Amino acid sequence: MGNQIIMFISQIFNGLKIGSVYSLVALGYTMVYGIIRLINFAHGDFIMVGAYVLMLTIPAIIACGLPAWLSVVPAILVCVAVGVIVEKAAYKPVREKGNNMTALITAIAMSLLLENGSQAVFGADYQTIPTIIQIPSIAIGDLKIDGATIVTVLLGIIIMIALQLFVSHTKQGKAMRAVSEDKEAAILMGINVNSTITLTFAIGSGLAAVASLMYCISYPQVSPMMGAMLGLKAFVAAVLGGIGSIPGAMVGGLVIGVVESLTKAYIGTITGGVITSAFADAIVFGILIIVLLVKPSGLMGEPESEKV
Amino acid sequence: MKKSMLSIKQSYIVCAIGVVVLFGVLMGVCETGAVSLYVKGIIMTCCIAVIMTTSLNLTIGVLGQLTLGCCGFEAIGAYSAALFSKLLVANGVVMNDTVRFLLVTVAGGLVACIFGVLIGIPALRLHGDYLAIITLGFGEIIRVIIQNLKVAGGEGLDKGQQGQALIGIDRLANLYVVFWITVVTVVLLFMFARSRYGRAVKAIRDDEIAASASGINITYMKVLVFAISAFFAGIAGGIFAQYIGALTPSMAGWLQSINYVIMVVFGGMGSLTGSIVSAIGLTILPELLRAFSDYRMLVYSVVLVLIMIFRPQGIFGNWEFSLPKAINRIFYPKGKKGKNGDAGKAEATGVEETKEAKHE
Repeated sequence: MGNQIIMFISQIFNGLKIGSVYSLVALGYTMVYGIIRLINFAHGDFIMVGAYVLMLTIPAIIACGLPAWLSVVPAILVCVAVGVIVEKAAYKPVREKGNNMTALITAIAMSLLLENGSQAVFGADYQTIPTIIQIPSIAIGDLKIDGATIVTVLLGIIIMIALQLFVSHTKQGKAMRAVSEDKEAAILMGINVNSTITLTFAIGSGLAAVASLMYCISYPQVSPMMGAMLGLKAFVAAVLGGIGSIPGAMVGGLVIGVVESLTKAYIGTITGGVITSAFADAIVFGILIIVLLVKPSGLMGEPESEKV
Repeated sequence: MKKSMLSIKQSYIVCAIGVVVLFGVLMGVCETGAVSLYVKGIIMTCCIAVIMTTSLNLTIGVLGQLTLGCCGFEAIGAYSAALFSKLLVANGVVMNDTVRFLLVTVAGGLVACIFGVLIGIPALRLHGDYLAIITLGFGEIIRVIIQNLKVAGGEGLDKGQQGQALIGIDRLANLYVVFWITVVTVVLLFMFARSRYGRAVKAIRDDEIAASASGINITYMKVLVFAISAFFAGIAGGIFAQYIGALTPSMAGWLQSINYVIMVVFGGMGSLTGSIVSAIGLTILPELLRAFSDYRMLVYSVVLVLIMIFRPQGIFGNWEFSLPKAINRIFYPKGKKGKNGDAGKAEATGVEETKEAKHE
């Protein structure tokens, strides 16, 4: 019995670990959606870009005698650059001319572009990333908690709090909220809407780079398609938490992570083998569907009403 | 002025002749052995793509709702057609190959249609981005479920094995039959799009609230369109299953669906002829560019972004190609450029499309 409880708790911690990666990615989705009402399909692929930068820069960073995790700095820089370029080169012109659907298709196209571009450069195979950081695990009685889990979860919480403070207390943060509330009114108040949107993209992409570091600490592998599924699940997390809401994204990410981890561990036993752990992805999407149907505004989002 | 133009009846006849001529060319080319098995395969794939793309365009272009789950329905159609075909054989039902092919394909379409209604009723309460995401979610769920169904792997039915490709499907797809299925599909879709129902659907696309205020039952119309799309996607899946002979669950994945969305967008959202042309073009192009197959999606994505920036309505936009209209223009150049010569439009497109296929 004791063993089972320990097993259960360690599964929850596993879930929290991947969940905080989802949270960080979901933050990017939620911020961008909040401000321009666009599901940035390419966001998941920013993680992939970040991971490749990590793979390429870690040897150089280690050669300089610095700790390997510092390679997150070039990763952030590259991701921010990619995010801003995507926004300026593709989303902005489409936003000015087209409608919601054309914007969404553009986002899908940018996602395909990033995936296939990196496939052309790096090949389709998985490549391993050198060890980034070794953290001793902590033992509480029989329960062993992976050091990486604690670091990942803490980092996620710190970033979320920082972001929340930024959005609620700084001038740029207030501008962001104003633009997402009402673009025209924000323009009249003298807010530079375009630079605010660019800033949002920059922050979102930077968070994706941090997420790629956290992901690669636990799963040291890169492939061009790694961002696609990760991004989709993070999007589910953003919707679950209530799209546009920063704490919502955090909570949504953690919930999705824990649900996924527990599903993988227990669904087979609970249903007597009828539904196996291979269904984990289906269950995550099932949650999405239920949330969308029951409470489309999510756990912490604000309901929108239709205007004529 | 009007006398010099083709009447509506004449337009239909012209179109019918066009289709028959096209079929004649197809038959001529195939029977004389002028084309290889490989080319026949490409024509078959073109037909499947045309059915998928035109039916998807009904949802995306005419109804104006972006769905990313069309391949989920294709997969449902394909798997149920394949399993039904196996079931018939297992129970010792003997029938003509063509009859069995048609029966099984339509069965696949109907099953897909039922799922279309079941999924459509809840999903279509949402619109825009949320609808895209929820259909993507349903597509992925369909993929995972198929992957884990025991009956849908290996040899299928009671000999099935979980997590494997479904193999050993009787390959009954005949190019001529498939050609006519494609023609019928396109004609039916045209008739729907230009009917009273079709106009109601377009009204919903242009302004949902105004349409609702005019007494159009929005939910009913949306689910209807969704179900029609799913039905034809299922038909395409059934043909695919009986052409390839083996199925993998990955065909339901959302990347496959996006392939068809790209075709619809290239051709023009709302233009069925545009869909036909782009489906055929984008099926043949990769075959011609085999050497560059690694870069195919790369080029697609760049072109897609460029189209979205410079011509968001797609290459054809709303414009439909029409054979009678073209004839009017050639033979009666002085006539008023057939205003909205809508009448003959529909059927004509069906004709022309097939022509396109043939040329390739």
